Amino acid sequence: MTQRLLFNVIQVLVVMGFAPLMKGVLIRMKERVQSRQGPSILQPYRDLSKLFHKDEVVSDRSSWIFRITPYMVFATPIFVTLLIPVLTNYPLFFAFMGDMLGGGFILALAGFFAALAAVDTGNPFGAMGASRTRMVGFLAEPVFMMVFFTVSYDAHSTIPYIVQKYWVSPASHFFTPSHVLVILSFLMLIIAETGSIPVDNPSGHFELAMIDESKTLEYSGRGAALMKWGGQMKFFVLMCIFLNVLVSPWGLASSQDIFAVLLAIPLVLFKIFLFLLVLVLIESSLSKLRLFRITEFLTAAFITSVAAILAGLF
Amino acid sequence: MIIPDSLHATVTQLNALTGGLFLLTCFGLVATRQILACLKIFIGQSVFLAGSAFFLAFLYSSWHLFAVGVITLAGKAVILPWLLKKLIRHDVYARREVSQVFNIPTSLLIALGLAVFSFFVVRPLLPPLPSPVWINLPMGLAGLFIGAFVISARREAIPQVIGILAMENGALFAGVAIAPTLSLISELAAAFDTLIVALVFGLLINRLHQHAGTTTVGNLTALKED
Repeated sequence: MTQRLLFNVIQVLVVMGFAPLMKGVLIRMKERVQSRQGPSILQPYRDLSKLFHKDEVVSDRSSWIFRITPYMVFATPIFVTLLIPVLTNYPLFFAFMGDMLGGGFILALAGFFAALAAVDTGNPFGAMGASRTRMVGFLAEPVFMMVFFTVSYDAHSTIPYIVQKYWVSPASHFFTPSHVLVILSFLMLIIAETGSIPVDNPSGHFELAMIDESKTLEYSGRGAALMKWGGQMKFFVLMCIFLNVLVSPWGLASSQDIFAVLLAIPLVLFKIFLFLLVLVLIESSLSKLRLFRITEFLTAAFITSVAAILAGLF
Repeated sequence: MIIPDSLHATVTQLNALTGGLFLLTCFGLVATRQILACLKIFIGQSVFLAGSAFFLAFLYSSWHLFAVGVITLAGKAVILPWLLKKLIRHDVYARREVSQVFNIPTSLLIALGLAVFSFFVVRPLLPPLPSPVWINLPMGLAGLFIGAFVISARREAIPQVIGILAMENGALFAGVAIAPTLSLISELAAAFDTLIVALVFGLLINRLHQHAGTTTVGNLTALKED
């Protein structure tokens, strides 16, 4: 039992430690595809350490919500990490504390506080960005629900560890139409939730067009570092859910010794790297949607997920 | 020939996968704004139809279905779009946005409702039938309904033609599963029928464009102001 607790701790440390690296790799690959040099892949670590050393400037018009939000945004992906398969394919110590719906709600809690805090300081760009983020969020909620329902209906459980075993065992289960359509709609959902190119420009500096980046506008020093790190961890956690549960549930440790778990770390990172290649391809070949076309994008994701349930009914 | 069970299961799943992707292309017909994109999604739909015909030919060991697949690929995925592109002048296709009755999210939700409806309608018929029909029949019926919806919800001539052809695709998709040993003659007849329909429509659209200057047929129901 202590060994499972130790594996849980290792899981959290892996997520905390490698999330900035994945973001750095994504940014560098995107720049390379556009024939530019790009920053080093360790740059996010340097940014975070720089921000931790700086002073915080907090508006005196803001309330406790503004101060507590960086800690919420940092802590919630860690809680979700305890629930999902990151390194092992058997349930760990805290795995039955919540299922996938619980994980989705915990991430939504962070988004709720971030949107409130963006309105809190009175900055008009923050309020605008927060309302847009909420629009994307409420349109993405039905897709989340439908994806979870489809996956749980097929696998007869809502715990991610059990769901993951369903797609692996008979090889023909991988090609069921509900599986492929769920993968498609969850991919569109990841693009919407993490603010990637068809929905939002993650490297834009123009506040009038920011959707997801506006939540970090007002923060400085330690608060900014926690918000950035929390955003990177949320991205890592969503990718883990996508890859380890839905797309490729292979490469995870199935035995209980520590070497298997440590071996699973580079395998999981390699899987995430392959997915980042796909994401870079998508980001470099599409253009940002106009704001009211995001509704259509998310409606298409919803339709795909309902089609996944329909196709899996018989 | 004797097919091993695991291969049977895998090919059945692959057939179900082409069914799911076929349903996705039906939704795609409703979700696109541009005429050329509509045509490309129709080509994709025909390819999935041919794929399902090939998988069912393997499952039922019937060469009729294999020929159906080849005819569909040749006719609907290659010749028909080529005909439509050749006959109709280029600037009809260059239009950016198709004028629609509903906006895209509403159309998508209506199409989803039609698909759910087709599944419910088919439900009582299913138990005595063999297993590939369970996927093909509801998807084909959904394609039929959504094609009819595309005809009624678009104001442009070419998407309406594509809607008719999508209805035909849907009916064929259901048909390949229900009647796997349908004779080749009736299949050829249906294919040529489709080609002639496309030819006639292409010529009509051309005449319409020359005569009225526009192919937005939805706007032609009112008298001119001057």
